[in-house]
Amino acid sequence: MEFTLFTLLNGVSYGLLLFMLSSGLTLIFSMMGVLNFAHASFYMLGAYVAYAISARLGFWPALVLAPLVVGLAGALVERYGLRPLHKFGHIPELLFTFGLSYLMVELVQLVWGRAAVAYPIPQELDRPLFTLFATSFPMYRGFMMLVALSMLAAIWLVLTRSRLGLVIQAALTHPEAVEALGHNVPRIFMWVFGGGCALAGLAGVIGGNAFVTEPGMAATVGTIIFVVVVVGGMGSLAGAFVASILIGVLQTFAVALDYSLMTLLNWTGAGITAATPGYSLLKVTVAQSAPILPFLLLVLILIFRPKGLMGVRE
Amino acid sequence: MKPGLKSGSKRAPRLAYTPLNLSRYLVWTGFALVLLCAPLVFTKGAALSILSQIGTLMIFGLSYNMLLGQGGMLSFGHAVYSGLGAFFAIHAMNHSGLHVPTTLIALVGGVAGMGFGVLFGYVTTKKSGTTFAMITLGLVELVFASSLMFPGFFGGEGGVTTNRVRGQAFFGITYGPQIQVYYLIAGWLFVSTVAMFAFTQTPLGRMLNAVRDNPERVEFIGYDTQFVRYLTLILSAFFAGVSGALSAINFEIVSAENVSAIRSGAVLLFVFIGGIGFFFGPLVGAVVGVFFTVMLSEYSAAWQLYLGLFFIAVVRFAPGGLSSLLMLLLRVVKFGKFARIRTPLLAVLSCTLFGLLGLVFGIELLYHLTLDAADGSVVTLFGWRFDTHSALPWLATAAMLLLACVGYRTTAPAYMALWGEVNADIAAAVRRGAA
Repeated sequence: MEFTLFTLLNGVSYGLLLFMLSSGLTLIFSMMGVLNFAHASFYMLGAYVAYAISARLGFWPALVLAPLVVGLAGALVERYGLRPLHKFGHIPELLFTFGLSYLMVELVQLVWGRAAVAYPIPQELDRPLFTLFATSFPMYRGFMMLVALSMLAAIWLVLTRSRLGLVIQAALTHPEAVEALGHNVPRIFMWVFGGGCALAGLAGVIGGNAFVTEPGMAATVGTIIFVVVVVGGMGSLAGAFVASILIGVLQTFAVALDYSLMTLLNWTGAGITAATPGYSLLKVTVAQSAPILPFLLLVLILIFRPKGLMGVRE
Repeated sequence: MKPGLKSGSKRAPRLAYTPLNLSRYLVWTGFALVLLCAPLVFTKGAALSILSQIGTLMIFGLSYNMLLGQGGMLSFGHAVYSGLGAFFAIHAMNHSGLHVPTTLIALVGGVAGMGFGVLFGYVTTKKSGTTFAMITLGLVELVFASSLMFPGFFGGEGGVTTNRVRGQAFFGITYGPQIQVYYLIAGWLFVSTVAMFAFTQTPLGRMLNAVRDNPERVEFIGYDTQFVRYLTLILSAFFAGVSGALSAINFEIVSAENVSAIRSGAVLLFVFIGGIGFFFGPLVGAVVGVFFTVMLSEYSAAWQLYLGLFFIAVVRFAPGGLSSLLMLLLRVVKFGKFARIRTPLLAVLSCTLFGLLGLVFGIELLYHLTLDAADGSVVTLFGWRFDTHSALPWLATAAMLLLACVGYRTTAPAYMALWGEVNADIAAAVRRGAA
């Protein structure tokens, strides 16, 4: 009970962090058709910028300023990097962001060094939120969930209840018509790209000190968020939400389970030893296979439901 | 000049006469000669090892371009096939019961790669475009993560090692000396290149181009686009496996890094830099790739930054890659208009080179300042010593960049205008010739 509850909570908070990342990616993808390969790099940039700001001004200004800085950087990348490439089609755009992800890792190392930086959790949040049975739940995890949920609410409100959101949604499906009505569609694209990057930056601010702020952090989440976007259905925000929570919970549970097929079969009385054929496959525990679970899920989804969990088109 | 009507009869039976394609024979003979003579020209130090690496990377790049250039399939996971091919090859070499001669180990790798192409390709080629790219990325992560789960086959973190000198010498060939390995790789490179070029001329190769350009129309004609992509992926995986096996022979070690997303991303980078629009693009890309990863990394810690910058510059300013730039220039030369653009081109190029020099200078200073700070503030660049804590080198860098920028701004517009003019002339000449 205790184990299940806490693993679930940890899984949900990790899943919400994944959602903060994948929501920006999905927004950008559904709007511009560009898969932003450097999205996780903006997450990393957010963490490093927050580290730099919080060392001088403290954590709370960093929480506001770092996403703005990252969003501005994203808007500049769109304006001067991606927009001129738009006429060549999606593959050069994708490759541009791919090259950018290489470049950003190098630049971050150049500025902040190759080792992990000490980006601590703010003191006022560094205590348990509640203690149940013998385990306590850290307050910072709760704070992460709170930020992610309020961000979800904010995106939803902006996209569906504000004039700006309506223009964005219209530009998504009917860019020509929106342009004819006098809106500057390329500029809307630029700010959506910047906004998506700012969301990634926000995820970096609160993910950077919950995990580790190091040059490898982009690579660790980078491929997972692509999995989230495909599993949820390309371009579907709701799908990204469901898939993030699913993958977050799945991975957190898997890491904690030290059972293998061999355990199961021996429990039923199969008597598997090192001599049994396929022993190396049978002895792999669920915990050991945790890193491959998201990718396995991806392959299975693509075989059985190619448009993703909530996708509308293939 | 109409070949079929040469016989003079009104009803020509078949239009089967093909003229002797002299230039094609010349090109292939030249390629073989270059492969044969390269070790005689480059004799210094590690030249042979570098040439061998270029050779394997060329096969890998060409097989990748079957997907990207000819099929429009952007794959982020091509290293899966070369890496798994390499693992099977190295196990075939280590297995005491199997007596596959080292010369033919490449076939083991090829067949293994092909087998995984049959298996994985069925899933990945269900989709095209961006979704294909993401599935391949997921797949390569899946294989990479699994490779660490099964240390028995993949050798864990350390990888699997072998000794390529095995069995009895065949006419004195033991594959001990690097030169023999080079000629083995060169031989396989030549055969693979011919085979992959021949593939582009087959009906399947042609259909693949059609699938790349207009899949809907291909579906309407009655072809199954997914099957065309699937078959291509299987063939491409074969050649990837060949390259993997050859690199296993060359390095005598295969580790999980061989099936990683990093390796897959690298081949994408190199092939795109070389140019995906021409068959020989990956050959250029392989040379550039080895130059960056093997040679430049000896001299500079910033080589990854240079590679990233170079790749972005190619994507941004020359999406056709280096080979397209080469072909455009050759076209101008062929129409005898090179003299017109020579002087402005030289001006623009010298400004660009000067700016590049400034950029390299600045980046090296910056790297020394931040990452090598423990070694003191003095750095030796181009034979001179600079103190990164003094203002002078930074001012020099800024001045160089500014000067280059101003120079480029003044020389480029005239050159661009002239370039457009020359190409319009050529296009007009081509139209006149065609009409």
